[in-house]
Amino acid sequence: MTPVDAKEKPLREEEGTELIRPKPSHHLLAIKVENKFGVLSRVAGLFSRRGFNIVSLAVAPTEDERFSRISIVVDAESAPLEQVMSQLNKLINVVEITQLHPDDAVEVELLLVTLRFDNKSIVAIQETIKKYKASILEQNDRLITISCADYPGKLDKLESILRDYPIVALQRTGQIALPRLEFLSK
Amino acid sequence: MELTGAQSLIKSLEQAGVEVLFGLPGGAILPVYDPLIESSMRHILVRHEQGAGHAAEGYAQVTGKPGVAMVTSGPGATNIVTPLADAFMDSIPLVVISGQVATSAIGTDAFQEVDFTGITQGVTKHNWLVTDPDEIPRIIKEAFHVATTGRPGPVVVDFPKDVANAKTDWNWPDEVDLPGYNPPGPPEPEAVRKALELIYQAERPVVYVGGGVIKANASEALAEFIKLTDFPLVTTLMARGAFPDSDSHHLGMPGMHGSYAAVTAIQKSDLLISLGARFDDRVTGKVSAFAPNAKVIHVDIDPAEIGKVRRPDVPVIADCALAIEAIVAEIKKAAAGKKSVFAAATKTKQAAWMAQVQEWKAMFPFAYDGKGESNYPGPIKPQQVVEELSAAADENTILVTGVGQHQMWASQLWSFAKPRHWVSSGGLGTMGFAVPAAMGAKVGQPTKTVWAVDGDGCFQMTAQELITCSQEQIPVKIAILNNAYLGMVRQWQQMFYEERYSEVYLSADLPDYVKWAESMGCVGFKVSEPSEVAPVIEKANSIYDRPVVVDFRTDSMEKVFPMVPAGASNDDILVHPSLRERLSREQ
Ligand SMILES: Cc1ncc(C[n+]2csc(CCOP(=O)(O)OP(=O)(O)O)c2C)c(N)n1
Ligand SMILES: [Mg+2]
Repeated sequence: MTPVDAKEKPLREEEGTELIRPKPSHHLLAIKVENKFGVLSRVAGLFSRRGFNIVSLAVAPTEDERFSRISIVVDAESAPLEQVMSQLNKLINVVEITQLHPDDAVEVELLLVTLRFDNKSIVAIQETIKKYKASILEQNDRLITISCADYPGKLDKLESILRDYPIVALQRTGQIALPRLEFLSK
Repeated sequence: MELTGAQSLIKSLEQAGVEVLFGLPGGAILPVYDPLIESSMRHILVRHEQGAGHAAEGYAQVTGKPGVAMVTSGPGATNIVTPLADAFMDSIPLVVISGQVATSAIGTDAFQEVDFTGITQGVTKHNWLVTDPDEIPRIIKEAFHVATTGRPGPVVVDFPKDVANAKTDWNWPDEVDLPGYNPPGPPEPEAVRKALELIYQAERPVVYVGGGVIKANASEALAEFIKLTDFPLVTTLMARGAFPDSDSHHLGMPGMHGSYAAVTAIQKSDLLISLGARFDDRVTGKVSAFAPNAKVIHVDIDPAEIGKVRRPDVPVIADCALAIEAIVAEIKKAAAGKKSVFAAATKTKQAAWMAQVQEWKAMFPFAYDGKGESNYPGPIKPQQVVEELSAAADENTILVTGVGQHQMWASQLWSFAKPRHWVSSGGLGTMGFAVPAAMGAKVGQPTKTVWAVDGDGCFQMTAQELITCSQEQIPVKIAILNNAYLGMVRQWQQMFYEERYSEVYLSADLPDYVKWAESMGCVGFKVSEPSEVAPVIEKANSIYDRPVVVDFRTDSMEKVFPMVPAGASNDDILVHPSLRERLSREQ
């Protein structure tokens, strides 16, 4: 995931939460694809075949059921963006590729984590949950499952705090992104 | 009208204009072979599915039409992966229909099941798994559209057995609906304008012609461009024949085994006009040292080729023919009422450049010991065979090759006159290409003579398709340059591995090529003396009813020159020993 030493610049004015943008060495691509058999494998296959590195990948249906959107974060050092985009464009099922500069996009990722707690640690955990606007999905006398959706950089921070506790399982989705409103209206 | 999926497929192939398919049946594709009996299409039963694929490639290269092959599932399908990869590298339009196990059995490791759309993802332009029999006509129409438009390439239609047996209606769609597929057409006027700016200023221009010129049928436009500009040009391995070798503007083939003039002209050029070429490493050598002082105009229909290897100063994303025509039209406009579109001073520099490249061409021909003699003491020089074949050929003769030294000599020494008369495996370098590709070429152009120049190693990989040729009356001619070695590999071991020969010796006498040819229904000749070369070629050329195989016993130790060692700069070109002194004086 995005290293924490990336350039920090708050995107939203919020108490105590500085948000981290992806390192400029990453590109955000939103790839609109036809909802056809094997399309994810074609996109993923192209990346490995051409030696482009994927940092994260998420797929979901779009507002139009004929299409899906694949959100990919690409390691910029592994290939020039132009090559990645034009090679992707050659896939017959790829309809449109939008490159989002991290500065021009809102990005969200989801994190799920199950922690083991005791009477001492639960207080601090609850504070963290509050501070990061996370929510509790399940809890029993020893284990707690938390979810948090936010900018990847913020999840990095949350994750590093939670690593102080015994983690039973942790899962992140990879980010999805949309252009900021100012770019949509243009 | 109700019909089966298999009938729908056959009808769709007919509707797509297919006249010939190459294939071999088996369990999963059985239902499709039944209605084939009634079809107007000619099916050629190959002896190995690799042969079907290469034959379809040869057919496509000489006709400009898509080649079609049909195979069964599992091993039939995997056997055609090599031709698919070959066609993908060389942008050859191919439609391969593969049988597949029934949709209900997919994913169960059923008998002869392979994930063929998965396997071929990286070596096809696109592929389809048919799951709904009603979609057969649409998918076939799309398959041919994708294979033949834009940058051409191979496609696969994987066809499950239950889909073939299902009942369906047949409706040929009017249009293809592929929202993600929009191949470029004519060039942007702005790109043409920028290209012309560089063209008008060029003092040491070289036109770098690639296979795209052949694919786009742009030879005429190219000829006009050369006539208008007087620029020298080179044709890559994939573009041999795009422009006649006999024309003095033509400097030959560039690259690892290219002519000295072609390689050196590119290196010293100040403008490289790339037309449908892709800056392959066999052409560029060390990329950072390739044409170091040249500005680059890169014309290609595939946007992904732009900047992949070398960043152009002016990219022109367009169909090659339309791009050259647009440039030609602008030059004509600019030339109206003028003596030349070039400034006088520029024209003088261009003339000096032309004189320079002509001098290189004259000083550094393709040399070999015994050149010009037919009575030197044997063994036969392989180059002599190619030169004699070329001299005896009319300009409608099609030349096909395998991969290795013989391929380089064929490309260097054959005198090419026209496009689509040369069929060779370029990007993939597939040994065993020649015999089946020659078969496909002859099927595509039955009235033309088809010669294959093959290696002994290559021949042994796919020779069995000569049985197909005999049975189907496809009289191709094969010249084996039998040097008893995997010669190209031997050359590298000799030059770069201190003559440590590892696993490259084959034997000149094993197999007995004449007997083998005869057993396959061909006429076989063996030639050991330089003086016999021409007479036997004449004999072979007078046989029209059967395939001919000539076993030319050639010099094992002969090497291909010039040579740019792998990864070296093109400036470090090695010429034939007899020209070395001349080269050192030149440098
Ligand atoms: C299928 C395949 N296997 C291996 C190679 C590597 N290779 C390139 S040229 C060559 C030697 C070809 O021998 P032959 O057909 O006798 O041609 P020659 O070089 O002797 O003219 C080999 C082994 C290849 N290109 N293709
Ligand atoms: Mg050999």
